[in-house]
Amino acid sequence: MDWLFNWFDTLYNTFIVAERYKTLIEGFGKTIIITIGALVIGVIIGTIVAIIKVFADRNKKLRIFDMLCNLYLTVIRGTPVVVQLLISFFIIFVNAKDGTWVAIITFGINSGAYVAEVIRSGIMAIDSGQTEAGRSLGFSRVQTMWLIILPQAFKNILPAIGNEMIALLKETSVAGYVAVVELTKAGNQIKNTTYDQINPILLVAIVYLVMVVGLTKLLSIFERRLRKNER
Amino acid sequence: MNANSLISTNNLCKYYNGGKIKALDGVTSEIKKGEVVVVIGPSGSGKSTYLRSLNLLENPTSGQIIFEGTDITDPKTNINLHRQKMGMVFQQFNLFPHMNVLKNLTIAPMKLLKMDKAEADKKAMALLKRVGLADRSEAYPAQLSGGQKQRVAIVRALMMSPDVMLFDEPTSALDPEMVGEVLDVMKELAKEGMTMVVVTHEMGFAREVADRVIFMSDGKIVEEGTPDEIFTNPHDPRTKQFLQSIL
Repeated sequence: MDWLFNWFDTLYNTFIVAERYKTLIEGFGKTIIITIGALVIGVIIGTIVAIIKVFADRNKKLRIFDMLCNLYLTVIRGTPVVVQLLISFFIIFVNAKDGTWVAIITFGINSGAYVAEVIRSGIMAIDSGQTEAGRSLGFSRVQTMWLIILPQAFKNILPAIGNEMIALLKETSVAGYVAVVELTKAGNQIKNTTYDQINPILLVAIVYLVMVVGLTKLLSIFERRLRKNER
Repeated sequence: MNANSLISTNNLCKYYNGGKIKALDGVTSEIKKGEVVVVIGPSGSGKSTYLRSLNLLENPTSGQIIFEGTDITDPKTNINLHRQKMGMVFQQFNLFPHMNVLKNLTIAPMKLLKMDKAEADKKAMALLKRVGLADRSEAYPAQLSGGQKQRVAIVRALMMSPDVMLFDEPTSALDPEMVGEVLDVMKELAKEGMTMVVVTHEMGFAREVADRVIFMSDGKIVEEGTPDEIFTNPHDPRTKQFLQSIL
């Protein structure tokens, strides 16, 4: 049993002494805030880009917007998120005091590119009869999209959005590059001050795992609730 | 133009592939107020394209459509306003699956006519009662049979108090035992004086309800007249051949 007591001792020294666990809790909070903030921005950007691309398919006058969207998608999907983060922090938002905002905005813009394609596929999967029914009642193109197509599309793409959310949550672990002390960075800091090479990293991994499992569970409950009224 | 005319089309054409396929090839027609017009013809004759052009779900390549005195093919007209006056019923129902029946019915009048919820609900319930579906107002489309869906779809169009109802093969996707319940609702509507344009294969309905039957083939109107003229004494050989093949 000696090893167990030794381990407890190490844990105590690593996390409790000097209230180092507080760094982890703060880091955990930052991770959550960045993920949620970025997801909100991502879904907004993604929806707008998806709608523009769908409309541009049918209306040649929107070609210039379509080209802008394609440029955005190409650049964002063609460069690593860490590099985007560095560009944001060291080139664009040079005067930012708090890296958290920079991280939220950057991850949001990044996520938007992936969400856009997900939402676009969701819109394309809705039967064209739905659009025809909406238009035949007198709804405009935008009203039809907003009231009839998007609610159905969102329901269908919820699993894919959940995937994006999980990917985003884990991706925020690179925010440490721009001096944001999120979960991973917090664990790393504790590792560096205590010379405990094992426990901080393992704990960080466990926290991510628990978050992802919890998120998955939450999403499946939400999805079931959305579907319940249809059958 | 005749004061009684509700919709008239003038030399309507719809070409695909740069004119290689002529879905509509110069259709000139007139629908009068209160008239029930049934459009028949073999598949590929352009009858559905013709009907869907009337509210511009299909954009004609050339020609005019005059609805209540306005040329709706003019790009400057706001087609959304005119569509509010033209109800449409589809072969595949196209109910909104994420809304219950009541919401399906009230969304358009509430958003487009600014009708308040109480009034819209009241109107919806009254119409549902007339088609025998008052007890299904809380159901979702997936919980309804085909015939029930189509009756709800008819009510959805009626909620906007349209001046004309366009029916695009409304019974073609139904199981045979459900055709009657939908046709009954349509007959009821016709009796009340609703202007109707109906594309259908239900010749019994055409004979009984239509004021006028239009026979189309190859994107053209080949022959038109009263049901009696068309069904008992067709002149054009194509009409004769079509009627022989289906009756």
